Amino acid sequence: MNKTATYRITVSASTEKLSEVREFVALHARKQGFSSKQVSDLQLAVDEAYTNIIKHAYQNNSDESVEINLSFDPDKLCISLFDYGNSFEPESYNLPDIRKKIKEKKRGGMGVYLIHQLMDSVSYHQNPDKNEIRLCKKRNETV
Amino acid sequence: MKNFKINHRESSGLDVLDLHGELDAHTASQLEESLKTLISSNKSNIIVNCSKLEYIASAGLGVFMAYIEDVRSSGGDIKLTNMNERVYNVFDLLGFPTLYDILDDEREAIDRFSNEN
Repeated sequence: MNKTATYRITVSASTEKLSEVREFVALHARKQGFSSKQVSDLQLAVDEAYTNIIKHAYQNNSDESVEINLSFDPDKLCISLFDYGNSFEPESYNLPDIRKKIKEKKRGGMGVYLIHQLMDSVSYHQNPDKNEIRLCKKRNETV
Repeated sequence: MKNFKINHRESSGLDVLDLHGELDAHTASQLEESLKTLISSNKSNIIVNCSKLEYIASAGLGVFMAYIEDVRSSGGDIKLTNMNERVYNVFDLLGFPTLYDILDDEREAIDRFSNEN
């Protein structure tokens, strides 16, 4: 097992690609020794981040693309998702009021909370030409 | 490649949707269609059996949020059963167990519906 490694894919900004993206993350995280629970958490966090980019950065325009970079080091995995669309940073990472959303027949707004629950750190970086969300998870689960 | 499908069947006079595979922002529309079809035929006692559901993202949970009020206001419910731990964990993280009937087994959902009606 190579403790330091980088893998990258570029996919179109389409929900059709969600399963491919999840499989890409799982394949490399498994090879790197992450537990099946950790792999599930990583897949869901990346799924939610990628879905938010499709919706909010690109307004469902599948001609656009998203670059996903996995960077393993001895302590952790950091996953960066890059897009070239509208930058957005969520206002809140709190648990959404699901009861209120149901009453108002609203949905959505849950992905950001999940990402923060599933990952050890989450950060947003706005570069002049692209936006990045970086999700990191330690190799050793904290007890 | 289809990584999600839904089968509809009836059991003890109730409508059961069996979910198979991965429910995400791409496949959620299939669940939405199935629920809409049931609701428009005035079916409001619905069991969603998740025994073959391997994965769910928040877009999947969003579908349940969008239709639960319609179903409950007509005297019915959507009860979710047979979730694996991975799927249950997502519902749990978002606090769904206090808002939805999530049961270990389809049989329990059938019993609960027959006690309610």
